[in-house]
Amino acid sequence: MYRYDKFDHQITAERVAQFRDQVRRRLSGELMEDEFRILRLQNGLYMQIHAYMLRIAVPYGLLSAAQVRMFAHIARKYDRGYGHFTTRQNIQFNWLKLQDAPDILADLASVEMHANQTSGNCIRNITSDEFAGVARDEIVDPRPYAEILRQWSTFHPEFAYLPRKFKIAITGATEDRAAIAVHDIGMAVVKNAQGEIGFRVLVGGGLGRTPIIGSEICEFVPWQHAITYLESIVRIYNEYGRRDNMFKARIKILVKALGIEEFKRQVEADWQFTKDGPCTITVEELNRVAACFTAPAYEQLPENDAAVTAFKLDNRPFANWVQRNVKPHKVPGYAAVVLSLKKTGIAPGDATAEQMDAAAELAERFSFGELRVTHMQNLVLADVRQSDLIELWQAAKILGMATPNIGLLTDIICCPGGDFCSLANARSIPLAKAIAERFDNIDFQHDIGEIELNMSGCMNACGHHHVGHIGILGVDKDGEEWNQVSIGGAQGNTSSIGKVIGRAFTFAQIPEVVARLLQVYVRERFEGERFIDTVRRIGHEPFKEYVYATPVKEDEKLAGAEYALLEAGTPYDTPYYSPRF
Amino acid sequence: MATHMIIKNKAIVEDDWVVLRMDENDTPQSVVVPSGKVIVPLKVWQAQRDALQHRSDLGVWFASDERAEDMQNDVTKFSVIAVDFPKFADGRGYSIAYHLRARLGYRGQLRAIGDVLRDQMFYMQRIGFDAFATRPDKNIHEAIKGLSDFSLSYQASVDQPLPLFRRAHRGDRS
Repeated sequence: MYRYDKFDHQITAERVAQFRDQVRRRLSGELMEDEFRILRLQNGLYMQIHAYMLRIAVPYGLLSAAQVRMFAHIARKYDRGYGHFTTRQNIQFNWLKLQDAPDILADLASVEMHANQTSGNCIRNITSDEFAGVARDEIVDPRPYAEILRQWSTFHPEFAYLPRKFKIAITGATEDRAAIAVHDIGMAVVKNAQGEIGFRVLVGGGLGRTPIIGSEICEFVPWQHAITYLESIVRIYNEYGRRDNMFKARIKILVKALGIEEFKRQVEADWQFTKDGPCTITVEELNRVAACFTAPAYEQLPENDAAVTAFKLDNRPFANWVQRNVKPHKVPGYAAVVLSLKKTGIAPGDATAEQMDAAAELAERFSFGELRVTHMQNLVLADVRQSDLIELWQAAKILGMATPNIGLLTDIICCPGGDFCSLANARSIPLAKAIAERFDNIDFQHDIGEIELNMSGCMNACGHHHVGHIGILGVDKDGEEWNQVSIGGAQGNTSSIGKVIGRAFTFAQIPEVVARLLQVYVRERFEGERFIDTVRRIGHEPFKEYVYATPVKEDEKLAGAEYALLEAGTPYDTPYYSPRF
Repeated sequence: MATHMIIKNKAIVEDDWVVLRMDENDTPQSVVVPSGKVIVPLKVWQAQRDALQHRSDLGVWFASDERAEDMQNDVTKFSVIAVDFPKFADGRGYSIAYHLRARLGYRGQLRAIGDVLRDQMFYMQRIGFDAFATRPDKNIHEAIKGLSDFSLSYQASVDQPLPLFRRAHRGDRS
């Protein structure tokens, strides 16, 4: 993985010192909240319902064991013993105090981490394929480019105060696992006919209030020009993106207003001034960064491990786990293993300090000391010998991280929702819990097969509900919490935006609604057909008809206290900063 | 003429330029440009160019929704150009500055006016501002510290034409 050189360390240290002084000035009253707010956001610090939340950047999802141990330390020392992995491959801590934030950032800097630009109207953490470097369908490893762009975007003086947030994703494989079509800029590494490496660049995709699939602005930008080309895109956006209405301020609205052809014309007119200039990436710099991402010392192993094959025949739970949680690896005898953070009863993406320490240890024992965070909010050990799978499975089971549900119904993507987030209209975590409980039976889940259920507590769409095969969106009607259900969304190579099936449901109706959608699917599916493919083949109507045919009864159990919002009685230590005052 | 303090070339100095702001009854054609050192809105310069073009004590300022390219060759006429930040979170002024410096070759004083605060000044300096009329309710002696928040940057900008990877030997861990 990328290692900081002395310059990276120095810039990070100077950032911590800058923010430490800004916090000091805030606490002394020298800085007003409206001046401080944007500064703290650009350091990843949000003011949520109960406390400050810190979103730490995990560049392109890659972590060392030492970094994960630092998360565990932060969880214990400053938080309540757990953290939350997000859909943008980051981690969030929910129960922090403002005055601790500079120390936390200093702790992070000691393991080459930061929270720079994880919020605010700037270029955010760049995300990538969680299987980068090990996927069989990889054309080029995207991580060196992601790192070069991370450095370019970090504290860029021209682009710190954009009209709105700006998200970039890069993939280097045939299958898009980074959801590039729903990012402000999506980049796919490609090789042209001459075998040269470049990027197919998409622009103007996004979720939120106005979900749009990105348009291709250029089919091939040679890799040397990645910085200058992106700089021109962001410059045109900074100049012309709307600033009068924050709901229309993302680049997708500008691209739509101008049309992709005109937008491209403006970008490329600007680019002529910088193309081939000093910001052109050099071979030396690419080689320096790429050298950090070389393959570990793989052993020569047989393609398949006989003991694993035999154990699978004997042991159904293990076979289920291998089927769902173990992914192919480009090196014979190795596999990538997903550690599920979606155990029923636990908030999707949450991990305790003990689990983090244990995951770090598993990474050291089985996977060259590295882990990845997926945008589906799970962890990955990317380089596991197949002969270690049985031992790893047993260890992960004890930790509650071996639920064989990756890609299945209970592998729910979910935002923090009304329990933590001051923007949310509805509870997300308790709803994920209710759905997971209802469909907990693993045989049922395996029968239903691949399906993505995504939920967001509001239309900012942190839970990517638009691209869920089933999407659930929390909406507010006269101060009451309701949930809109959509179907037909998808991420990846065949991205699509889901369509709402009809009027919204109460919290306690949702598990039954999901059950009815699945009943239609089971009734209509062809052998081996996924839920999303059935929806695409037969359309929305049969689903809609069946769901609304008879009144949907509320599940009475869901009125119980364990599904209620977290008590709001936890005051900020410094009350006057709280949004509740 | 009353003077006030600004930050110029990394020092706090007295300054006697006046920024002309139109009120709602003014039009660019009719507003009276006072004598003395005055920085006028771009629209006033464009409307009263014939009357103003021989004055040597004139500067011009850009609103955040105006474009540096609108001035083209005129930039060389001025020793002071200012860019207004109506709110510090309005980042268009950075691209205006970039165009003035990097594309139009403006070499005179580039002054940030309006909601100019300590915590944005480092970026402003990088993109080519060399003078800062900081917000009057803030202590200018505190504000100037914002110019030295960082000693190093990754990217190229107006202050530093080379990105870090072309100006330093990278990869050393200590």
